[in-house]
Amino acid sequence: MKSYDVLVIGGGPAGLAAAVSAHKNGAKTLLVEREARLGGILKQCIHDGFGLVRFGEKLSGPEYAERFVDMFREEKIEALLLTFVTRIEKTEDGFKVVLVNRDGVEPVFTKSLILATGCRERTAKQVAIHGTRPAGVFTAGSAQHFTNLLGQLPTKRCVILGSGDIGLIMARRLTLEGAEVVGVYEAKPTPSGLTRNIHQCLHDYNIPLYLSHTVTRVFGQDRLEQVEISKVDENMQPIAGTEEIIDCDALILSVGLIPENELAETLGVKLDPKTKGPICDGQLMTSVDGIFSCGNALHVNDLVDYVSESGEEAGKNAAVYARKERKLLPVEASPALLYAVPQVLDLNKENKETVVYFRSRNPLTACTFKILVDGEEVFKKNYPFLRPPEMERLQIDFDSFHLTEHSKISLDIEVKDHA
Amino acid sequence: MRELVCIVCPRGCTMHIDGEGENITVTGNTCKRGAQFAISEMTKPMRTICTTVRTIFPEVPVLPVRVSEEIPKNKIFDVMQEINKTVLSKPVGRGDVVISKVCGLSADIIATSNVLNEMNKQGEKK
Repeated sequence: MKSYDVLVIGGGPAGLAAAVSAHKNGAKTLLVEREARLGGILKQCIHDGFGLVRFGEKLSGPEYAERFVDMFREEKIEALLLTFVTRIEKTEDGFKVVLVNRDGVEPVFTKSLILATGCRERTAKQVAIHGTRPAGVFTAGSAQHFTNLLGQLPTKRCVILGSGDIGLIMARRLTLEGAEVVGVYEAKPTPSGLTRNIHQCLHDYNIPLYLSHTVTRVFGQDRLEQVEISKVDENMQPIAGTEEIIDCDALILSVGLIPENELAETLGVKLDPKTKGPICDGQLMTSVDGIFSCGNALHVNDLVDYVSESGEEAGKNAAVYARKERKLLPVEASPALLYAVPQVLDLNKENKETVVYFRSRNPLTACTFKILVDGEEVFKKNYPFLRPPEMERLQIDFDSFHLTEHSKISLDIEVKDHA
Repeated sequence: MRELVCIVCPRGCTMHIDGEGENITVTGNTCKRGAQFAISEMTKPMRTICTTVRTIFPEVPVLPVRVSEEIPKNKIFDVMQEINKTVLSKPVGRGDVVISKVCGLSADIIATSNVLNEMNKQGEKK
């Protein structure tokens, strides 16, 4: 059986960064990717804006991904494409991973494992829409796949449900290619996507955004013909009498992303109900020793630059990983936060340069992010505003707080004056 | 007075613009780039576009491209039309010019992926 120090599952930006970083830290590394090409979802994200934090340039998705693919190839790291992981078993000193590809079934051994499996889109089945089951109901990602990789326009006139960033980007993309986007409908009272995308994707092309509206029914036998739109109340329940019928041949859904952790769950990796990704320590190790998580499998990031960063962190730590008892201290996030990563700290490790990612639960202005240890404030940072679609990143020296296993560490956001 | 949301970076500042022509004052921006964006937005709004260009290769029917520099906002659909007329019959690499000086502007249309070159390499191996 072939043996590796680090096995990375997923060849997107997180997995590529993780594999390069593990390799550079001396680990014999294997990357496993189910598609025929490396790069993950960035292959179809042809719009620009990637890499501003990391490279100071506005790159398109393929340009950003290929920079990492080039680095990966320069290091001559082993990769298996068109390969699936069907089973992972814990052994005494690592994991037995069963791989399947055109050459057959092959088990390999690895000391540590990095899950870089990305996230998946919520589908029509996960949002309550009544009616028939015609063709023409797509997730924004599949509409993007058709348009940008296959060169096939999936609609002539469509409605977009949900104001996530991919939905906004696709509204612009389809308009550029000559399709008519009737409108973007969002059930929540605030948009889910970045403010700049509302402006450069919708306002620039006169595409209307309807907040507190949702699609309640679809019509059509073979192909979608019409959708019914309703206004919703503050509990997101449709208001009777507000229905409106719109003719269209496609309904495009941009209703949220969920970290993909099916493999993780079969291994008993504990998930955080807030992030829907694994509970990780400052080294991005999950609740199962030797299994690391990064990128959008860990939590849904707003910028790919942070996906790569967490991949590098996981790769480095997986490479130097040695089975040692962990002394875990929970990091509690108050209800003012939507979530925070990491969720625990391992006090047996160095936590001098721990990167904390968080999102606020609600849009806030003039507020202060705080870290409290046993009720005492040990760190604070002021923000002019915090918006849930925009993730925040901080580097914290937790070691300077002299933590013990009895410490109680919590994160909170205090609003100065209510806007 | 006009209100404008800055799209230069993800911060998305809400800016207020007073005056017209040469005498524009911008408030609410938190950096210089915001003020520049506001002035350009009031005088000659510029945008980048990213799209795809058709190829004759069935494995890679479209190749991602973008403009090499910003173009006037009102030229977006002219440029799109020009790009959609083009069909690539030879592989080009990332950064290569697909259409030079598109629509008489100073911007070129450049490829943003190496996928065609890679397809070529794989073909040679076979």
